[in-house]
Amino acid sequence: MAENMSVVLNVNGSGRSVSVEPRKTLADAIREDLGLTGTHLGCEHGVCGACTILLDGEVVRSCLMLAVQADGAEITTIEGIADGDALHPMQSAFSEYHGLQCGFCTPGMILAGIDVVSRNPDPSPQEIREEMGGNICRCTGYQKIVESVQAAAAAMSAEGGSA
Amino acid sequence: MKPAVFDYSAPESIAEALGLLAEHGSGAKVLAGGQSLVPMLNFRLARPAHLIDINGVDSLSYISANGALRIGSMTRLTALGESGDVAGAHPIIPAAVAQIGHRAIRNRGTIGGSLAHNDPAAELPAVLMALDAEVTARSADGERVVGMQDLIEDRLFDTTLDDTELLTEIRIPAAAASSSFGFQEFARRHGDFALAGVAAVITTDGSTITHAALGAFGGTHATRLPTAEAALVGAETGDAAFAAAGAGAAADFPSTSDVHGTAEYRSHLINVLTVRALNDAAGHTGGGNG
Repeated sequence: MAENMSVVLNVNGSGRSVSVEPRKTLADAIREDLGLTGTHLGCEHGVCGACTILLDGEVVRSCLMLAVQADGAEITTIEGIADGDALHPMQSAFSEYHGLQCGFCTPGMILAGIDVVSRNPDPSPQEIREEMGGNICRCTGYQKIVESVQAAAAAMSAEGGSA
Repeated sequence: MKPAVFDYSAPESIAEALGLLAEHGSGAKVLAGGQSLVPMLNFRLARPAHLIDINGVDSLSYISANGALRIGSMTRLTALGESGDVAGAHPIIPAAVAQIGHRAIRNRGTIGGSLAHNDPAAELPAVLMALDAEVTARSADGERVVGMQDLIEDRLFDTTLDDTELLTEIRIPAAAASSSFGFQEFARRHGDFALAGVAAVITTDGSTITHAALGAFGGTHATRLPTAEAALVGAETGDAAFAAAGAGAAADFPSTSDVHGTAEYRSHLINVLTVRALNDAAGHTGGGNG
C-alpha cells in the first residue's frame, strides 16, 4: 500500500485539503473525499464525459486524472457554477428546454456546454454537436441538449458573456 | 479504487525523471497526459509498480520554430493544434489534431504521450512519419535521435524506446516551399478512433510531383505507404496518378479486422481516403472515387 499524500484541491473557490492514495482518481476524490457527488462517473475510462469538470478553466475528464495531479489546481464542478440560488444560464436553459431526462449525463453536459460557449459565443447546432461529441446521453437523442446550449449561449451573450 | 497500487513520483526536472527511470526501468510507466494510460490503469490492464508523472517537468512543454520545428514532448494537443508556429510550418498538424478525441482529451493529451503509447489508430504517429520527423530519446546514459519509422517499426502499443529512455522532443524538418498536404480519416463519430486514415504530403514542380510522403493509421500499426509514394513521384497530379496511389496504398496498408470493420473494408477505405487526401493536397475539389 502506497502511503497517502496530502493534496489541496481548490474546489469551487475554497481550498480543501485531503489525504489520498496516489492511485485515487480525481473524480473519486471529488465524490468520496469532498462529498461533491454532482460529478458523475459513467464509464471511468474517458469515453462518456459524465465526469467532466473544469481544471484551471479547461474542460477535463476527472476520471482520467489522479487526485495528486490536481494539487493546487482550481477546480470547478457542477456544484460551483450557480450564483447562490440563481442558476447559471446553462442550467436554466437545460431546465427550460428539457435538455435532460434522467440527469446522469447533465453535470458533464453543462460544464462542457459552458466551455463551448466560452470559446464560441454563438455556436451553430453542428458546432455544438461536434464540440460535445465526447459527452454521451442515452435519453434525449441530443436534440434538446443542442437547443439548450444554443439558448444558453444567447442568454450568456445578452448578459455580457459571463461564464 | 480503480487502479492497482503503485508508487508515485512527480519529478520536476528531466534529470530527476531520467534518474527515476534508470532506477525503476521496466517496473515503471511514465505518465504524460494520461488519456490512454489512466484508462489502462483504471481497467488494471496496466499495473506498473511505479508511476513517474512528468506533468511537473515544465521544460518538456514548448514549441520552437527557428528553422526546424521543435516540440517538447509534454506539449498538450490543444496547444499544438492552436499554435500559429505549428500551423505556419506544417498545417497538416492542426488538421490532424482537430480529429483527435474531444476537447477534454486534447486539453490533457500530449504529443509525446501519443507517440510513446503508439496506438495503431492514433493520428500523430502517421502524420509525423509523413513529415519525416525525428524524436530525441534521453536516458541517464545519454541521448539519441530516432527517426519516426525506426521509433514505430511494425509495433503497436510499444515503440523501440528502451525502458530507461524518455521521449523529450519531436523535431520536424522545414517543409519545401511548394509542398501541400491532405489529411483524411474515417470514424463513425467525430472524435472516435478512426477505422482508417491517411496523411499525405506532396511537393510539386509545376504539375509534376517531385516528392510524396504518405502515412497511414488504423491498421495493425502506423506506416508509410511506399508503393503509393512510388506511384506518385515523377507523375503529373491528377486522377490517373492518384488512382494508382490509392491502389498502392491499399496494397501497402497492414489492414486488420475487428468488430468495427473487416480488413477488406479498411483496405477499401485506405484506397478512397488516399485519393481524397491527394486531391486535397493538389487543391482539387473532386472527391476521387469516394
